[in-house]
Amino acid sequence: MSDTTLQQPSTRSRSRGAETWSALLSNKLAAAGLVVLVLLVLAAVFADVIAPYGYTDSDLTRRLQPPSASYWFGTDELGRDVLSRVIHGARVSLQVGAVAVGISLVLGTTIGLVAGYRGGWIDAVLMRAMDILFSFPVVLLAIAIVAVLSPSLVNTMIAIGIVFTPIFARVVRGSVLSVREEVYVRAARSLGASDLRILGRHVLPNVAAPIIVQTSLSLAFAILTEAALSYLGIGVQPPRPAWGLMLLDAQGFIPTGAWWMSIFPGLAIFLTVMALNLVGDGLRDALDPRQRSVIQARGAEA
Amino acid sequence: MSSSPAGGSGAPGERVGEPLVEVEDLEVHFPAGGRRDRRVVRAVDGVSFTLARGETFGLVGESGCGKSTTGLALLRLVEPTAGRVHFDGTDVRGLSRRDLRAWRRRAGMIFQDPYASLDPRLPVGEIVGEALDIHDLHQGKQARRARIAELLERVGLAAAAADRYPHEFSGGQRQRVGIARALAGEPDFLVCDEPIAALDVSIQAQVMNLLAELQRDLGLTYLFIAHDLAAVQHVSDRIAVMYLGRIVELADRATLYRSPQHPYTRALLSAIPVPDPVRERQRERVPLVGDVPTPLDPPSGCRFRTRCPEVFEACGRVDPVLQPVGPGREGGGALPDVGSDPRAQGHLAACLLHGETGRPVERSDHRDAREAAPAG
Repeated sequence: MSDTTLQQPSTRSRSRGAETWSALLSNKLAAAGLVVLVLLVLAAVFADVIAPYGYTDSDLTRRLQPPSASYWFGTDELGRDVLSRVIHGARVSLQVGAVAVGISLVLGTTIGLVAGYRGGWIDAVLMRAMDILFSFPVVLLAIAIVAVLSPSLVNTMIAIGIVFTPIFARVVRGSVLSVREEVYVRAARSLGASDLRILGRHVLPNVAAPIIVQTSLSLAFAILTEAALSYLGIGVQPPRPAWGLMLLDAQGFIPTGAWWMSIFPGLAIFLTVMALNLVGDGLRDALDPRQRSVIQARGAEA
Repeated sequence: MSSSPAGGSGAPGERVGEPLVEVEDLEVHFPAGGRRDRRVVRAVDGVSFTLARGETFGLVGESGCGKSTTGLALLRLVEPTAGRVHFDGTDVRGLSRRDLRAWRRRAGMIFQDPYASLDPRLPVGEIVGEALDIHDLHQGKQARRARIAELLERVGLAAAAADRYPHEFSGGQRQRVGIARALAGEPDFLVCDEPIAALDVSIQAQVMNLLAELQRDLGLTYLFIAHDLAAVQHVSDRIAVMYLGRIVELADRATLYRSPQHPYTRALLSAIPVPDPVRERQRERVPLVGDVPTPLDPPSGCRFRTRCPEVFEACGRVDPVLQPVGPGREGGGALPDVGSDPRAQGHLAACLLHGETGRPVERSDHRDAREAAPAG
């Protein structure tokens, strides 16, 4: 094969977005995760229609019932349907996870990019500020922020977002420090690219992998942090259901044998987190052109 | 071809010979590392040369001698500490950030490692087209695509390569992509930083021929950086030899290979193997002993004296300057009139052996040492 010819004529004319999408879907695990996520979101949106009972409907004559034909997930200590509460709980939990992580993703990535790329005193100031945030226990800092902002669901999301920002800032900065020394960054500069262009077009895509992994991890922690805050009375206010809150309420009833009260909200968190991780891993591979070739080759073999 | 890829700066050949890049007393010093450490690494320590439009200027030296830093500094990819860089009359060091970015269109770079120098996340067409977007050239979907295809074909790749990713290509093909990227802005001048050193031997000649062809067709000026004289032998019009941040000898190719004046140049030349077993066995070797001293603390006087086979007492005291050598210069007569063509400045060397006396003073102890050294 001569150096000047290509291996085969290119038949690809699809956009890069379409290519990424098809690579993501050809990964079976990622596709399964995506299906689960879509179902969860649909459940949250149409909770009023899907749930067999209202989340506050309580029947004190049917307290702590194990799963049965009329109560698939059993009932809690007030005789409320656990299934209906899990479905309604998806609203708060997914919302908190998405908004809180969205805030820390945007803030943390921006701070990490600027600190890592510029270096010097800007880096020092930004990262010391992140260290200060990082040095507080997560829940304590979140309580302090909520106390300042006044307790509400929105403020809880903001607080969790701020608390998780340093994690993103650190992960991104570390990756930027190595990517900014890459020859292709110097090459872009030699063409006359501005800093903004270099950051957006070369640095950010090349630090995407750790950001995606961190995002799927943080979503799980955000749901759990919201549970802890709700338990302390500054997050979601009862009787509104949230998975973490349900889990914490249930712990007192484990000795009585009411396992269904904790298993089902726990399963919901587990499913969500696993689906997010699968999609996250799939996305990371699908965004990498080298991995994409491997995926496509595997697909062609099958 | 509808338009030549670098046709923006007038017909090639029109102004050949005029100075294009003038570098004067260029210095690049880096802090040594530690926060309290006030020492500096003198990577480039007073380098001057002038490139004539259309020529290939070879810059040769061992790794760490500052040759790559010189190339980066004159493109301001590394900020010079001191000195003057003029490009076609423009003071490059005086350019504002904005003007600098616009100027980059005219002066590009080809990098050594074709694997590290292409962004793995972008398809080849985007890599090659980046300069078009930055400088607002050939905009519009159709025009942009046509221009990228033209550039790829110019370097010997198929237009369809635009949709593929760097990892799908071989080293030689990737280096062609790097060359196409550098050509996109229609530059006058390219710094080629060991562009073939990382390639298979079978591919090296192809890339060298491509570079020569592009120079001929587009009237490009090259600063060609290499770590040995063999690599620049066939392409350079003039060659400068660097040692420890300084140029120690500068001459046109024929003169340098025929009568090298600096002991370091002779050592480098004697390291080139001859493809003839008989002559290869007979040729004289100038062995270099020891390692390059640290640029943190270069030797006093002549920097090469710690490894020079012909060192004498004065070398530790006097720092030799680059000055003309050759016939008619033994008496230290007037400098030749250089005129506007930098190529006429003749043969320069920085060695005390060629200063006032111009006659090598060989010391017996060194001759003995050389004869005692293993011949290969």
